[in-house]
Amino acid sequence: MIAHSVFFYFFSFIAVISAIMVTASKNTVHSVFFLILDFISISCLFIMIGAEFLGMIMLIVYVGAVAVLFLFVVMMLNVAQQKNQWFLSKTSSKHIPIGIIISVVIFFELIIVIGGWKYKPEFLNSNNVNNINEITNTHSLGQILYTDYIHIFQISGMILLIAMIGAIVLTFRRREGVKTQSYLKQISRERSEGVELLNIDSQKGVKIDD
Amino acid sequence: MDYISLIFEETYKILFLIVPVLVSVAMIVWLDRRVWAFVQKRQGPNVVGPFGLLQSLADALKYIFKEIIIPASSNKIIFILAPIITMTLALVAWAVIPFSESQVIANINVGILYIFAVSSLGVYGIIMGGWASNSKYPFLGSIRSAAQMVSYEVSIGIIIINVLLCVGSLNLNDIVLAQQNLWFIIPLFPMFVIFFISALAETNRPPFDLPEAEAELVAGYQTEYSGMMYAMFWLGEYANILLMCALGSILFLGGWLSPIDLYPFNLIPGAIWLIFKILFLFILFALVKAVVPRYRYDQLMRLGWKIFLPLSLTYVVLTASYLFYFNLLPKI
Repeated sequence: MIAHSVFFYFFSFIAVISAIMVTASKNTVHSVFFLILDFISISCLFIMIGAEFLGMIMLIVYVGAVAVLFLFVVMMLNVAQQKNQWFLSKTSSKHIPIGIIISVVIFFELIIVIGGWKYKPEFLNSNNVNNINEITNTHSLGQILYTDYIHIFQISGMILLIAMIGAIVLTFRRREGVKTQSYLKQISRERSEGVELLNIDSQKGVKIDD
Repeated sequence: MDYISLIFEETYKILFLIVPVLVSVAMIVWLDRRVWAFVQKRQGPNVVGPFGLLQSLADALKYIFKEIIIPASSNKIIFILAPIITMTLALVAWAVIPFSESQVIANINVGILYIFAVSSLGVYGIIMGGWASNSKYPFLGSIRSAAQMVSYEVSIGIIIINVLLCVGSLNLNDIVLAQQNLWFIIPLFPMFVIFFISALAETNRPPFDLPEAEAELVAGYQTEYSGMMYAMFWLGEYANILLMCALGSILFLGGWLSPIDLYPFNLIPGAIWLIFKILFLFILFALVKAVVPRYRYDQLMRLGWKIFLPLSLTYVVLTASYLFYFNLLPKI
């Protein structure tokens, strides 16, 4: 038990410190790296309470895919410069109050969620999970997700799909004069249409229209 | 006292795995170069030791005694951290690979997800190295590599779902045992081909070695690295290739099972069979390197997203409907 609590405090200490460092570090790329460290230690905590499937999915989805996209955005756009402009310029920026309002809203939402758990313990008990010890984590998750909550599960998938299509539609624009490579054309090219033998008069050359 | 003996025992087990993996990494580098040379009718490294077997050792010595140069404008901590992360992640994943029914360091329930998670973390070593170098070529190389690895992970994940549908468990030992009657390469052969090609792309092997395409990007994300740090990137890369071969042989070639369940073959321990299968897949990797020319970047992305993803998704639907229709779905 001692080892268990030692590991718990170790991982939660790293999680809290790196969460603070995400907002405190000056370099934006460093903040993303601290965010990744935070994700990893949270998934370690998940594994410690026996939710190994959730922990691994957290690693695969958040660290392996989402954080990579964060890194892309942060590295490509000059976010650090913009951030310094907001915080160091004399004119007060509009973004900080909005951020404070949103964080207060999220804080109250979290309180409501945790309160809901506290006062309704039977909320967690599903009729399909009777004996957790006998079957693995993944099996029991599957049994709930595809029976009791199948509609919610499907709807959340639909919402994600719509969000994806929306993002593509919003950013897609047809540009004129872009050269593209048609692989079908490239593959089906043959010698007869690619090579031509010409008798060229000296000093005149040949005109190639491409 | 219990804790201490436990720690000693575990350390002994880990060393017994890590040291052979590192030695075999050195050996397969030699094998890779020999196969490559064989295809091109050259000799390859054949001077140091018998058949040139000690060539990798000589190379390693050279790397160790070279000076490590850290660029002045680089981000020093991340620059040093990047090869360490690559190397560590490549070795950590070996913890769940079963060499026989009992010879495995950690026989965890979600073994396949663990390998998948660790291999998806492998992107960070490359991105960090490229970004911290603070130079154009490494940065371009690391961005290419990240995009490539993220895209091909998607198709590898869906291929793994195909296998898991037939097994009904995420445990690697269960996956091997489910193939006792029939290796999954026979019913899932198209998936094996796609897995093999995706594994090439995932480990940045030719013909998908765009992150370090020497014709365009000098050496990609490794441009600024030297000495032992370069060697660590290199070792990590080859350990990852071996890991992908091991994963392929566990998912499709029956892992540590012998090909025929008959008397003389039963006596050979499972670890030997697994090593043979890994070597077979690795020789295929090496042959592909020698035979196929490098892809263009847009071709690579097209192959990943427009061909492999729809194909493997369709195959998931096919496998699931087949298993459901003939009532073959695995029971818990």
